[in-house]
Amino acid sequence: MAEAADMTDGPIGSNEAYSLHVNCERRDVRDAWVGESLLFVLRERLGLMGSKGACEQGECGSCSVLIDGALVCSCLVLAASVVGQQVLTIEGVAPVGAPTDVQQAFVDAGAVQCGFCTPGLIMATHSLLERSAEPTELEIREELSGNICRCTGYGRIIEAVQRVAVARRSRASS
Amino acid sequence: MTDAATRTELRGRLGDSVARPDGVAKAQGSFAFSGDLTADGFLWGATLRSPHPYARIIRIDVSGAWKINGVEAVITAADVPGAATYGLISHDQPVFASDVVRFVGEPVAAVAANHPDTCRRALAAIVVEYEVLVPLTDPERAIDGSHEPIHPDGNVVRHQRIVRGDQTIEGPVIVEGTYQLGMQDQAFLGLEAALALPDSGGDGIELFVATQWLHEDQKQIAACLGFPVEKVRLTLGGVGGAFGAREDISLQVHTCLLALRTGRPVRMAYSRQESFLGHVHRHPCTIWMRHHAGLDGRIRRIEARFVFDGGAYASTSSAVLINGITHTQGPYKCEHATVDGWAVRTNNLPCGAMRGFGVVQACFAHEGQMDKLAAAVGLDPVAIRLLNAMETGDRLITGQVIENVAPVARCINETAALPLPDEPVGGHDGNPLRLPGGTGLTADRSHIRRGIGWGVSIKNLMYSEAFDDYSTARVRLADGVASVKFATAEVGQGFVTIAAQIARTVLGVDDVVLEPIDTTVGSAGSTSASRQTWMSGGAVDGACRLVRERLFELVGNAHGIDPLRLAIDGADVVDTDGPLRVSVVEASAGVLIEETFEHHHRPTEDLDEDGQGNCHTAFAFVAHRAVVDVDPELGLVKVVQIATAQDVGRALNPLSVIGQIEGGIAQGVGLAVMEEIILIDGHVRNASFTDYLLPTFLDMPDVEISLIEEPDPMAPLGAKGVGEPPTISSTPAVVAAIRDALGRDLYRVPVRPSDICL
Repeated sequence: MAEAADMTDGPIGSNEAYSLHVNCERRDVRDAWVGESLLFVLRERLGLMGSKGACEQGECGSCSVLIDGALVCSCLVLAASVVGQQVLTIEGVAPVGAPTDVQQAFVDAGAVQCGFCTPGLIMATHSLLERSAEPTELEIREELSGNICRCTGYGRIIEAVQRVAVARRSRASS
Repeated sequence: MTDAATRTELRGRLGDSVARPDGVAKAQGSFAFSGDLTADGFLWGATLRSPHPYARIIRIDVSGAWKINGVEAVITAADVPGAATYGLISHDQPVFASDVVRFVGEPVAAVAANHPDTCRRALAAIVVEYEVLVPLTDPERAIDGSHEPIHPDGNVVRHQRIVRGDQTIEGPVIVEGTYQLGMQDQAFLGLEAALALPDSGGDGIELFVATQWLHEDQKQIAACLGFPVEKVRLTLGGVGGAFGAREDISLQVHTCLLALRTGRPVRMAYSRQESFLGHVHRHPCTIWMRHHAGLDGRIRRIEARFVFDGGAYASTSSAVLINGITHTQGPYKCEHATVDGWAVRTNNLPCGAMRGFGVVQACFAHEGQMDKLAAAVGLDPVAIRLLNAMETGDRLITGQVIENVAPVARCINETAALPLPDEPVGGHDGNPLRLPGGTGLTADRSHIRRGIGWGVSIKNLMYSEAFDDYSTARVRLADGVASVKFATAEVGQGFVTIAAQIARTVLGVDDVVLEPIDTTVGSAGSTSASRQTWMSGGAVDGACRLVRERLFELVGNAHGIDPLRLAIDGADVVDTDGPLRVSVVEASAGVLIEETFEHHHRPTEDLDEDGQGNCHTAFAFVAHRAVVDVDPELGLVKVVQIATAQDVGRALNPLSVIGQIEGGIAQGVGLAVMEEIILIDGHVRNASFTDYLLPTFLDMPDVEISLIEEPDPMAPLGAKGVGEPPTISSTPAVVAAIRDALGRDLYRVPVRPSDICL
């Protein structure tokens, strides 16, 4: 403990500079510490507060983003490790005030209470419906089981996902 | 009276399943939670915590932290200018420990720095020398006096007896059991977070914080800062769930102290591990009960003893105790009782409010007893409960008459009428995900046993024991727009939705503006005890009615009509005895009507030394039936279905009510089969979401719901609180179902695999 004075300035080596591709834009990151997670950099350096941190262990899914189309927990990824890859966050899903069908269905079906888990679940649901247009209830449960919600008991979320699947099918067939 | 051609249909009135006003912003990630708030030039704050459950502080040396570049403040107990302690009921908890630490995680110091990692290193550089003491971890030793007092206030927080009726009644049927509940965590997702902005002169502060009760926080913070209350201004930061864990102070005072010390904005945000240590939990509890009943199964007398482990500080333990013991009988008739209740202090984590507040504990015990009684007299679980079901006019063992609507039998009957799952064990498709153990593929389908169990409960609504937990609302009407102001903490439950529905309904307006939730209006009381729809709903309703009266005066004077003849019909003011019809927009054009209203519930009383008195305000009821599949070899449980009929009074927003019911049941299921903070010798062993298990999509059963709507004449809008009941009797229902599947007794929650298979 007495050796604390020998430690280097600020966060160790907080002088990294790199660029990320986030929501189809190049975003420069300067004076960063290489140990920062993608979640931290998105929120604190790029001001994208839509991704949430609730466990910092990849257990709750609140920080879900897409990296090159794959659903990942941004708390488990070092920001500097995704240079050159495409990052999509909740902010890149739709402009503010123009919600996607999934976002609107969550609101209408009562799938949002405190809403802290919601951005992560929106990312996971879009990803699920890309891969499986008409998931069964069990498939929805399995696919979204990496996202914890403490308020809703999940029933209205399942309802919202099913509503989107039905609406998309009827749009496609009409 | 209604002219369909001219009447404007309004959406979102009382009774409609309106969507949340903040829903789209939350779904788009643009809603600002308290942890999302930031300010130019801010610093990060962080807390140093005790590694010991009980130790004397010999020395604190913060010099190492000051040597780290980027550190702007290091504070300890010596830097607290006002009251050294705080607390909801008694002020027994230090802002920072100075002489003794009493639980693992107790704050000792705090730092402010330019980066979270700088904070982490600064905390690591603070040297605290401890003399480790032998912790008190067994609540019985707090009662029997065999451990030294761990706090100047002693080791017993409160002892209360209830003695009613004939104490000599025995049998003829006697059933007895001892029941235990582990420590549950609220586990809201939005971690504790706050942003403090110091006034330029350093003589005041503004705090944005996720809390359940702004004005109580304000009072406690101001006392610790040594400021007049008005110098501490609070605004609700977006709240990511609460469930009781935000009723007590956590980081509020620390954040303010760091901001005042540095003269800069300070953000504090707990990690998940820190959150487990930094807020109160549901009390672990041991309950012994003995029921005396007739041969027909009617309850004659109940004896009980409750021991609530309150952990290191009092928080709301005394109120949790009273809630527990006054609900000993459950929703059943009982005239004679002897109850001994203790809430004690130990060196375990502090416990306080969590959804269900003492009644969760009582219900797990009384429902276990009801099943034992049913077996003893040869009745089934439904019949024994219907036989004893409480009705309006019956008395609690405190002597208090239940004056509310009390549809206990209807709750049971409507639950029983809901369909059982039509699928066999493992489902029709044979998918292993439907079996206990899921994709682990561990279950042998032919060995799985299915069980059905019941739980029924009564829950008090609002605060008790002579506490006047009023709520305030201010409503302005101008040009057809209603602006509603209140300090009611919106924590996800949906009061913002209900408030707008009330204003639309009472005032006939379409546009409702909800003003910021802060301390510039009177207190709303806490978002807890299932009380905000009743209390703040009553306040908004009352303020809207006052505004409406004045609107009617204006319209009446303008048209020469007695205002008492006027009414709101849709979006219009109409003459109930004439042709006049004028829109609210037109009637309120160019005027400003403003009214403020405080809603108070009827007064309640303290209990006397025999536990007698009208201590509670009102009651709600619910029944749960659980279906489970159990793997008896590996001790794994799959909860298949919960059916419930709940006494809601009136569903002001059915979609919101269903959300409360399903969400509450999830927390009840969690307590039944997985959720427990493990403490060994006062040390927490599972302070993370990896090790503290929460129900996921795959754990949560289907829920079948029946809403029982018998508007309660005592409730301002006929609506009872709906948040807590779902959490209360769902737990014993699941455990009863596991007992049914196995044919063996289970006395403890959460039920562990070893309880089933060993």
